[in-house]
Amino acid sequence: MSGIRTISFDGVIVGGGGAGMRAALQLAQSGYKTAVISKVFPTRSHTVSAQGGITCAIASDDPNDDWRWHMYDTVKGSDYIGDQDAIEYMCSEGPQAVFELEHMGLPFSRTEEGRIYQRPFGGQSKNFGEGGQAARTCAAADRTGHALLHTLYQGNMKNNTVFFNEWYATDLVKNQDGAVVGVIAICMETGETVYVKSKATVFATGGAGRIYASTTNAHINTGDGVGMALRAGFPVQDIEMWQFHPTGIHGAGTLVTEGCRGEGGYLINKDGERFMERYAPNAKDLAGRDVVARSMVLEIIEGRGCGPEGDHVFLKLDHLGEEVLESRLPGICELSRTFAHADPVKEPIPVVPTCHYMMGGIPTNVHGQALTVDASGNDQIIPGLYACGEVACVSVHGANRLGGNSLLDLVVFGRASGLYIENALRDGIELRDASESDIEQGMARLDKLNSSTGGENVAELRKELQNTMQNHFGVFRNGEFMREGIKKLDDLRGRIDSANLSDKSMAYNTARIEALELHNLFEVAEATAITAEARNESRGAHAREDFQERDDENWLCHSMYYPADKRVGKRAVNFEPKTVDTFQPKIRTY
Amino acid sequence: MVRSVTSFGRSGVSDWLLQRVSGVILLAYFLCIGSALVGGVDYLSWRDMFEGTGMRVFTLLAILSLAAHAWIGMWAVSTDYMTERLMGKKGNVLRIAFQIACSLVIFVYVIWGVQILWG
Amino acid sequence: MLQVSIYRYNPETDSEPSMQDFQVDTGGKDLMVLDVLELIKSQDTTVSYRRSCREGVCGSDGLNMNGKNGLACITPLSETVKGNKLVVRPLPGLPVIRDLVVDMSMFYAQYEKVQPYLINDTPAPAIERLQSPEDREKLDGLYECILCACCSTACPSFWWNPDRFIGPSGLLQAYRFLADSRDLATDERLSRLDDPFSVFRCHGIQNCINVCPKGLNPTRAIGHIRNMLLARAT
Repeated sequence: MSGIRTISFDGVIVGGGGAGMRAALQLAQSGYKTAVISKVFPTRSHTVSAQGGITCAIASDDPNDDWRWHMYDTVKGSDYIGDQDAIEYMCSEGPQAVFELEHMGLPFSRTEEGRIYQRPFGGQSKNFGEGGQAARTCAAADRTGHALLHTLYQGNMKNNTVFFNEWYATDLVKNQDGAVVGVIAICMETGETVYVKSKATVFATGGAGRIYASTTNAHINTGDGVGMALRAGFPVQDIEMWQFHPTGIHGAGTLVTEGCRGEGGYLINKDGERFMERYAPNAKDLAGRDVVARSMVLEIIEGRGCGPEGDHVFLKLDHLGEEVLESRLPGICELSRTFAHADPVKEPIPVVPTCHYMMGGIPTNVHGQALTVDASGNDQIIPGLYACGEVACVSVHGANRLGGNSLLDLVVFGRASGLYIENALRDGIELRDASESDIEQGMARLDKLNSSTGGENVAELRKELQNTMQNHFGVFRNGEFMREGIKKLDDLRGRIDSANLSDKSMAYNTARIEALELHNLFEVAEATAITAEARNESRGAHAREDFQERDDENWLCHSMYYPADKRVGKRAVNFEPKTVDTFQPKIRTY
Repeated sequence: MVRSVTSFGRSGVSDWLLQRVSGVILLAYFLCIGSALVGGVDYLSWRDMFEGTGMRVFTLLAILSLAAHAWIGMWAVSTDYMTERLMGKKGNVLRIAFQIACSLVIFVYVIWGVQILWG
Repeated sequence: MLQVSIYRYNPETDSEPSMQDFQVDTGGKDLMVLDVLELIKSQDTTVSYRRSCREGVCGSDGLNMNGKNGLACITPLSETVKGNKLVVRPLPGLPVIRDLVVDMSMFYAQYEKVQPYLINDTPAPAIERLQSPEDREKLDGLYECILCACCSTACPSFWWNPDRFIGPSGLLQAYRFLADSRDLATDERLSRLDDPFSVFRCHGIQNCINVCPKGLNPTRAIGHIRNMLLARAT
């Protein structure tokens, strides 16, 4: 068939980060033949960079803490377009998922009572916003993602999961019924291309922060899952919602955890003023990330930025004392010294809002099953395809994710996908085999690239794409300016499609991988641009200068981007949690 | 785990401990001899010193320590540098030959030492 | 212009490795070595190396820079370049796949050997297992390892016996679990380590401490393991 080898599994997980490895662990424990395809050795996935912690009502800091309060915060944080059934599931299942991680060995920091240490994070409250700041983010110093990722890899090792490390999935394979029956993947070491056949294909490919020029994301965050889904004709949801983290190190883009502000740090402008007191009188520096990021940009625009260019603000930590900084935030001290040449013990860190997280992605239900919407507006499950983690849009983050909720999203929905697939496999999954032409279709892009001649330099095209996104689709957006950006993207599409791959060698050819990644970046960027231009309101992370108000009448809904005709549609938000009353949309203030 | 039938104690700890203990014994022995030499020594006092059973036993202990110490050390050297990884198949032959040679030399030295002491 | 010399080897076209020189315009900035590699790659796309997080936490870009192992993404030129010349080679002691990319399977195999996961078969409580801050503190300086292999590939004992000596990185992880108050397999772990190679090929050379980009101290951890083995055996 097509001259390439076929490898078969019950379940294949694309992506070896937190979500992928949590799903893989669940499947491996059930005894089904499971494989993880990861383009890097799993502990090098971007989950490793998560710092502050995993938010969850485990009632360690406050014995009376309640997952419903966490749910309230998350719904509010999402600016009311998070699906309430999914948020309910995440917040209520969360403690179990976190305790499992601890039992697996995750080295959480501890309280005097020996319980998991929890720190305050932005957007957290007690008693449905009435009881003041909560401390709900479970932490392993400021290396929680690292600790979590390594623990999950170790757990998978213990359970003999099969890893295809440094293999790169290029495209989905669909059968004649439109069901997903696996992926085409390249072994980077040898260059061999294979068809990995599977009854359940789980996308856990993470985010795509590299569509922006300034990002906290790793080089590998190129939106491969979203790219593959869009090319296969599947829609993405809320893809215009991009979180800009308030505190990326100025110039370098590396992340400084919100935990810094949780531990008592705060932002100051060039006059030394703690400006968040003006924008969010109650929560101050611990308001939602979208709110803080916008406030910072306003300070800079209004001429109160720091530095010779006035293009950043400062994060002040020195008042916390060396002991607290070295024990609670040792990684931050290290990063700041390396990338900002500033020792937080003595001086503030220069920070600026930096692209951080993709709230949107492949729409799924709480079981991780990927969805599309049929002509009459009903959800349709895409057979064979699942998604979890950042690439998925369940949606628990809506228009703005709360700090610490991404790690929870990973483990809860990675686990949920695994559990669901385990049951489905037990009941029996029957999918028609891919035909030779189905596989050839999955190979088409790769074949085209491998036989390409001429074309422009990949690195330069990527830079142009990133600058376009940075300039036209940043923290504040404007219709006219976005339309200009879309035009530039139109021009880029053809050039990126025919980008140059002069080196056709097989062994560890990173040029080939980067060219393929660029295609994915472009798919994500274009979907973002078109959807952002269409959403004529300001909500969460999507702030329009020309539509400054939230428009619940028209836009209290998910956006859906359909790649075939580049159309933006709408999908209803779920307002029907199973065990609690609906949280009705309110004006969102902190 | 890798088992090494030619190692001395066949356990990492015992080899390591023996290496240290034998080292200490050798140090003590050479300090003892050294102090005797510093005080000035002639044939008669040297012979008298080795007439006593205590000194003979101590010397035998030092010889055995040297044997063990040397074996553990040479074994480590041979398994570092004379390996199939570094030299191919001939590494195995060379290593075994080297180890046999070392053990023969050490054996000869021990017998010779006993002969000198009680011969 | 910075003079950069890079180790090149493509198994499909080269019979043996060679060094290739590049001139890089750093714009007078104190770039990280990874930034320099990115500049080179944007011109010559055939240069291959691994990279991911670019902030020193994923451990992808362990390289040998002017003779010393380290992470390219957090090594500023000012730290490594003397006399305007930067020589970049793959981590020593491991087979080269292509250019700066080494085959790390032996390194990972040693990591797996130490059973780097918590072993505790007692029924788990409904909440987390409790651990005092003092017991948790014992894991500091151990759990932070990023598996970049800078230490193990700087260790002569690992060069000679990568298949039998676990190496500083693996041993640091071995001790991370031996030191964890929640782990109950201490005796089993120790008996797996008690052979002449796994631990005892450490001769205290301390290259590992010298190169660890996270400032960890594998030699000290190995000393702790040795003491535990000794206490158990005597």
